[in-house]
Amino acid sequence: MLIRPKEGILDPQGKAVERALPALGFEGIGHVHVGRMVELEAEDPERLVELCEKLLANTLIEDYEIQTL
Amino acid sequence: MIWGVLQFPGSCDERDALHACEVHGDGARLIWHESRDLDGVDGVVVPGGFSYGDYLRAGAIARFSPAMEAVAEAAAGGAPVIGICNGFQVLCEAGLLPGALLRNAELRFRCHQVELVEEISGERLSIPAKHGEGRYYAPEEMLDRMERDGQVAYRYAEGHNSNGSARDIAGVTNERGNVLGLMPHPEHAVDPLTGSTDGLRVFERMSKVAA
Repeated sequence: MLIRPKEGILDPQGKAVERALPALGFEGIGHVHVGRMVELEAEDPERLVELCEKLLANTLIEDYEIQTL
Repeated sequence: MIWGVLQFPGSCDERDALHACEVHGDGARLIWHESRDLDGVDGVVVPGGFSYGDYLRAGAIARFSPAMEAVAEAAAGGAPVIGICNGFQVLCEAGLLPGALLRNAELRFRCHQVELVEEISGERLSIPAKHGEGRYYAPEEMLDRMERDGQVAYRYAEGHNSNGSARDIAGVTNERGNVLGLMPHPEHAVDPLTGSTDGLRVFERMSKVAA
């Protein structure tokens, strides 16, 4: 599961990373957002949406994406 | 008025909350997070700290504890509930209060005395604040509705909103007014020895809800 701050919500961690980049010689990088990744093995992938909605993401402030490997 | 103060693994302000409840009310007792029974208390304080290490998101795991189920039932029955700092985050995560608390806009952990204005009375309170994730957020239309319905309880006075909270909001209530959450710490301001007793007014406000 990839969980990231919703578009339009100030993400100070992303901003801090973004501001540090030019000093390290990385130019032309913008819209940095810092989120989290949760890795898990699920017997019943059907319930992963519910898991994200109830616990892993706070949908008021975060978007989530489920990737199956 | 007997208060119960929840204690999670990682809580750190439960002793001061207990003391504040003892100073203000008729007694207080600690309630361990695994207890499904609130032991007959009239109101509950969800204290500050770092429940469950703030893992995942601040307050996200504490909301699933047995004690929080009991708190949700008590709140639905009209009992006063005060969430302070991490307790505010827990109540938001539990859906007992609207909105969410995000990382401070400037990424700094802030620890200082702040001035608050109580929305109903216009009175100023001086109490300490100490948090890294205290930036109150709710979508604009939700904020409009909350302001209209009188759910904004406290705002930071001008120049005191150091975390970037939406509309200077420091504390909010549910629609009924019996659940209050605020980032600053009224339980640290109940004794003249520490500079201010303004925190007691927060407890007084909430015990009136029970009356």
